[in-house]
Amino acid sequence: MNITFNKKPLITYYALRVTYFALLLIALTFTTTTAFAQDNLPTDDEVNAIAQQLYCPVCENTPLDVCPTEACRQWRELIRLQLSQGMTEAEIKQYFVDNYGARVLAEPPRTGLNWLVYILPPAIILLGSFFLFRSFQEWTRPKVASADTGGGRSEASSPEKDDYVARLEEELKNRK
Amino acid sequence: MFAEFGYGVLVVSFIVAIYSGVTAVYGAANKSPALVESARRAMLLTFPLISLSAAVLIYLLINNHFEVAFVYEVTSRSMPTYLKITAWWGGQAGSLVFWSWLLAVFTSAVTLRKWDRDIEFLPWVITVSAVTLIFFLGMSVFFENPFTRFWLVGGNVEPSMFAPANATVFTPQDGQGLNPLLRHPGMVIHPPLLYLGFVSFVIPYAFAMAALITGRTDDRWIRISRRWSLWAWLFLSFGLVLGGRWAYDVLGWGGYWGWDPVEIAAFMPWLTGTAFLHSVMIQEKRGLLKHWNMILVILTYALVIFGTFLTRSGVLSSVHAFANSPIGPFFMGYVTLTLVVSVALVIWRWPILRSETEMKSMLSREALFLLNNLLFMSILVVCFWGVIFPLISELFTGQKVTVGPPFYERATAPLFSALLFLMAIAPLSAWGHSTIQTLGRAIWKSAIAALVVTVTLFFTYTQIPGALIGFFLVALALFATLHEFWRGARARQKAQNENFFTAISRLMGRNRRRYGGYIIHISMALMAIGILGIEIFQKETQGTLSQGEQLNIAGYAIEYRELASWDSQGEGVNYTRAVLDVYENGIYLGQLNPRIDYYFDSQQNMTIPGLRSTLRDDLYVLLVDWQPVSNLGATFKVYVNPLVNWLWIGSLLFLFGIIFAAWPEPDEAEEPARVARSVSQTSAAD
Repeated sequence: MNITFNKKPLITYYALRVTYFALLLIALTFTTTTAFAQDNLPTDDEVNAIAQQLYCPVCENTPLDVCPTEACRQWRELIRLQLSQGMTEAEIKQYFVDNYGARVLAEPPRTGLNWLVYILPPAIILLGSFFLFRSFQEWTRPKVASADTGGGRSEASSPEKDDYVARLEEELKNRK
Repeated sequence: MFAEFGYGVLVVSFIVAIYSGVTAVYGAANKSPALVESARRAMLLTFPLISLSAAVLIYLLINNHFEVAFVYEVTSRSMPTYLKITAWWGGQAGSLVFWSWLLAVFTSAVTLRKWDRDIEFLPWVITVSAVTLIFFLGMSVFFENPFTRFWLVGGNVEPSMFAPANATVFTPQDGQGLNPLLRHPGMVIHPPLLYLGFVSFVIPYAFAMAALITGRTDDRWIRISRRWSLWAWLFLSFGLVLGGRWAYDVLGWGGYWGWDPVEIAAFMPWLTGTAFLHSVMIQEKRGLLKHWNMILVILTYALVIFGTFLTRSGVLSSVHAFANSPIGPFFMGYVTLTLVVSVALVIWRWPILRSETEMKSMLSREALFLLNNLLFMSILVVCFWGVIFPLISELFTGQKVTVGPPFYERATAPLFSALLFLMAIAPLSAWGHSTIQTLGRAIWKSAIAALVVTVTLFFTYTQIPGALIGFFLVALALFATLHEFWRGARARQKAQNENFFTAISRLMGRNRRRYGGYIIHISMALMAIGILGIEIFQKETQGTLSQGEQLNIAGYAIEYRELASWDSQGEGVNYTRAVLDVYENGIYLGQLNPRIDYYFDSQQNMTIPGLRSTLRDDLYVLLVDWQPVSNLGATFKVYVNPLVNWLWIGSLLFLFGIIFAAWPEPDEAEEPARVARSVSQTSAAD
């Protein structure tokens, strides 16, 4: 996996990281015991709960929680810092969207053109169902001219084999 | 020398394929059997030619000819010989030659069959196969030449087929080596199987086109296509299953299917192929839906090309798409052209593809098959739109978006559930006519059994409504299908006075398609158990452990013992392997060894999980990170994947079911009679 970094976000990210560390240190000095602070440090599971809803901003189609690259490891640490700062899940996701675009979300945000992704498939499926239903109605409508009693073709087309199946099915019917 | 020779042979096979296609059309137009025969022989010649070119490529791969760009990209000195051979399909240029070679295998095989009953199809089957072959060979000849070499021109290294002025061949010391993910045994055979599936779908398409062009639209083409489609479906299914297993074993995210665009690219032709295998029965039994079957075959072919396009053109970049190349427009042009021509042919022949009988009831077998087709098409719509929407979004708004698993899961879950339900009831309905009463009589026992299972699960396993609905449908499909076996065997037992086991084996032997299909249905239900298990009940946790510390999840405890890291110079790999003790509720179960393999040549990692697999669940442990001094700690990610083994058990049964259904039967004796009938039909239609 060759990953090329977009310089700007990384610089922003490092700047942010330094800021976060500074804030964290300040926060720590004001807490009574370090043990208390450690207890509050978000666990891997809490971090992953958010990371798995996000996609790696540089390698396509890899969720952030399982992405093995160093960059992703650092992004997960960023989430941990943000959580320890008291940011909510929604805020953290918004932070990633603001910095890396909508592609970090597992689904397109429900805005503008993106609505198409949600609307089109059900619309086509409904249309298909409607079309099929209408065709059924047409096919099953009794027709005066139709002299065919149906099922005739199967006997005609492969006599030996289908006879057997027909016998079998007859037998099954008789058992009922 | 070798590179020029290999390329030369490739160009010759390209020209021979063009000759074959053109001569076939000309021969058919002038009703000249001699020309058609010439086209046939030319088509047969492509196979040894492409084989020769491929042999040269393999020779170059095995013998470290790193002056050839493709060899440099996919092999390295430290790779064992078998991997150097399989590297043939490990990169773009080679895999396209591989595609062409497989296609030549299939077209040669099809031109060697007995043609006496359908000789009018021959020139057109050759033409369609030749056009496809020309397309793929053309790509190798003009865009993705695997024989391109490096040249040193005034201090710069340039890749080129022929020597630029004043240039000398440049040979790098060592190659980059194959992506480690592709060195896994699953990945060594997964692409060939997918390609086999893709390529073998070309043959049904060729017959469909031949039927349209000649106007012989009786069910002859469908009988030939059906057998080919079943084998194509076997390969494609096998490829998909192996891909899933490979993902589970080496991708290190605890899953088997990530709705990655490239997975979906292979899944889409499978969907239309599956729909075709069902609806083809309606045409055979009832003479209905001839237009629809044509459309399905055309769609499958288009999706095969489109799938190859998605994976080969670099239009998506994901774990699978290991390539970027200038062949995109070429591909799109070809897909569009074949679609337009095929659809035009269907429209031209529309009147003579009319149904022979009529649909009688909404609950008849044929009506339920249609519903099945609607569901498969709906899943296709979701998949297709999910795959191309990011491209559309990028094209029109410049905004990149991801369409990931939540989208597909939400959209397809009800569709797959409906398919499970249909799978339970459709085999019980009769051709021509069924009513609620007849269906109800056939299914009530299975329904009660399924309900009992569901209630039991409610009290012992889960209260999640979605899971309970899923398990009910699985149980219903399982019981209904098993009941079919039972009823068939009992009926035969009575009729033929046989014991139960003789009855069931003869019953299955004489109705391979039907019972092969039922075996596939059972396997689908088993696979659904695995999918429900991992999708709904998967648990995960992650933590950094010091030696002796434990991580707990779902009754399991894993205890970190030690970690070792060493280089294997011969293989060019650094292994880092952890040793963990596993306990369940305090009882020692054994050790697991998750590891990370680092490949020096390609500078890439491969994460190999430690896996403890039972019918109840899989304990799947990944080594995520470690400290330089091992007793300081290492980070592990642990998944518990309930029931996932049923997915693999179902997969094996599935493959058995397809082989059972597709196994060649002795050529049916009634065939000539049917041909006579159909010829009279065709002439009547004319």
